[in-house]
Amino acid sequence: MLSIENLHAKIGDNEILRGLSLELKAGEVQALMGPNGSGKSTLANVLAGHEAYDVTGQVLFEGEDLLAMSPEDRAVAGIFLAFQHPVEIPGVGNFYFMRTALNSLRRQRGLDEIDAMDFLELAKKKMELVEMDPSFMSRSVNEGFSGGEKKRNEILQMAILEPRLAILDETDSGLDIDALRVVANGVNALRSNDRAMLVITHHQRLLDYIVPDRVHVMAEGRIVRSGDKELARALEKHGYVGFDEVSLEPSVSVAATP
Amino acid sequence: MTADTDYAAGVALSPTGGLALLEPEPSDDDPAWLTEARRSASDWVGAHGFPTRKDEDWRYTRLESILTVPFERASPGLNHRRALTAINGLGVGLGGARLLFVNGHFAPELSRVDELPTGAIVTNLASVLAEGDERLEPVFSRTLAPFHHAFAALNTALTDDGAFVSLPAGVTVEAPIELVFYSEANGAPLVSNPRSVVLAGPGSQATIVETHTGLPGEVYCTNAVTEVVLEPGAVVEHYKIQNEADSAFHLALLDVRQDRESRFSSHVFALGSHIARHEVRVNLEGEGADVSLDGLYMPRRDQHHDNPVLVVHAAPRATSRQLYKGVVDEHGHGVFNGHIVVRPGAAGTDARQTNKNLLLSDDAEIDTRPRLEILTDDVKCAHGAAVGRLDEEALFYLRSRGVPEQTARAILTYAFAREMVDLIPLEPLRARVENLVADRLATSRNEETT
Repeated sequence: MLSIENLHAKIGDNEILRGLSLELKAGEVQALMGPNGSGKSTLANVLAGHEAYDVTGQVLFEGEDLLAMSPEDRAVAGIFLAFQHPVEIPGVGNFYFMRTALNSLRRQRGLDEIDAMDFLELAKKKMELVEMDPSFMSRSVNEGFSGGEKKRNEILQMAILEPRLAILDETDSGLDIDALRVVANGVNALRSNDRAMLVITHHQRLLDYIVPDRVHVMAEGRIVRSGDKELARALEKHGYVGFDEVSLEPSVSVAATP
Repeated sequence: MTADTDYAAGVALSPTGGLALLEPEPSDDDPAWLTEARRSASDWVGAHGFPTRKDEDWRYTRLESILTVPFERASPGLNHRRALTAINGLGVGLGGARLLFVNGHFAPELSRVDELPTGAIVTNLASVLAEGDERLEPVFSRTLAPFHHAFAALNTALTDDGAFVSLPAGVTVEAPIELVFYSEANGAPLVSNPRSVVLAGPGSQATIVETHTGLPGEVYCTNAVTEVVLEPGAVVEHYKIQNEADSAFHLALLDVRQDRESRFSSHVFALGSHIARHEVRVNLEGEGADVSLDGLYMPRRDQHHDNPVLVVHAAPRATSRQLYKGVVDEHGHGVFNGHIVVRPGAAGTDARQTNKNLLLSDDAEIDTRPRLEILTDDVKCAHGAAVGRLDEEALFYLRSRGVPEQTARAILTYAFAREMVDLIPLEPLRARVENLVADRLATSRNEETT
């Protein structure tokens, strides 16, 4: 579904991604871990189409050249980014925003728009999934939301927009254990055979709830190690120390670590 | 400038000035004091001439393109069909009296005044003048001396008609009183000089909605003066929707005088005109008077919207609040020129002034000039101005959800403007303004790209 090859990204002279490659198949959940500054969020932003970066390399999504697409075209193709820091938009109602987003996608995919009543029904159902109070729909997008509420609002959007590829950028950061469980349940409910997820996290904790098929470790703008879910546990125990200097041999298995 | 040629297309420019040549015509209907007032106003224009960009209050507005058009005075000829279309275009009625003026002349057959509380009057000014109502003399002479500028004087000299609203003590007119000024040129460029007067007696209450609109593509000039006098405890809300043809000129003065404990609020929405100037002057003459002035101006293409505001605190413990927002696109030019004066003795004054602007293109231009002149101690005054652009991160957020860029821009722009729309407590009017603003944003750029 997603094929990233030798991806470079920089802002000005600051090169953040330095030759990153990754394959993600439909139905898979892969986790991307790594220390602060390793380039995880940059990868998420680049995949969603943020225009601040100079990008080279190749990214194919369902065989299409993703880097040539505008952010809205990527959304139409089925990509969704749950932001690490969702922006507050005063004056734009949450309900209006989500309905506009869904109908923008449907229109560009040649489908009929959903009217306000039907959308309300849909939104209610999805809000139960993330245990969100309906009053959040009548507020401005993310305005005055707590950290946890913003993250739930992201998962709610994901549930409503039903993307093919969801990228979750540190969706667990700043969440207490209850909120983490709610968010993870929301994510797990969306796991399916035709949907892929890239879960970016700093902590192994989230992966107790969202069990990945594969774990990658990033350092200095590249993936320096890949393995199964046991790799995450090893990281939790030993930390990232040494990873940025570790040789670039691919996929050292650490499954045997006691 | 292209503007001079664009809008004068088919119109021979007059280097000596069209407006400057217009003279009052003696009318048997005018009381003697009015004939005299018109004469001296006309003389004043002759002696002082029109403002230039050297005048502090006019420095941002190019008047040459108005003064070189050979405007003629509009005669009472009406085109009912088009005027009716214009009224219907306003949408749902507001449920109250509605006076319609075509090119500054009253159209009674298109107007409606249903039942009013005893003593309340809603009618056209000319009919009241013809009766020689002497209450009007001080109202007229106040705007006469000292003159603010030649356009106000010209209005006095030339006005044909306008609205007259009079509320006796303690009377409340519940339904909004709608004043609609519709203009069209019919070939030659026409000027109209509507003059409206609102006299609010002690403890009376009313809402006035003033709409200015016209036939698209026509060159005409509206030079309007509206005077509002609030006696102690009176409450008046004034709405002004300036939706003139994009080829028109609109010059307006809203002149307000407030006695003690009175409350006045003004909401202006500037959408139309090639050049528009909506001036508000408020004199807080009585203790504890309260005024709140809101404005939204949205110039685009090569429109120019100038908003001079003067609030004079002449009495103790009065409060004033101003909130003006500008949304400027393409080659548009927006001006906020707000001035607060706190006179000696106006202790306990609370005055606030805020101006926020959103620039949507690199060619858009804003001049913002909040000014405070405080001549007494023991006052609370605050002012601020801001000019910004759309939040790029919010734009990316919307686009990442599939919202096309143009739509995302329009949504964020509306989010900025809607605060001014939300400040309208009157539901049917808010819906009407909301539609106007939303339509404007929806058509802003698309017309050029499609």
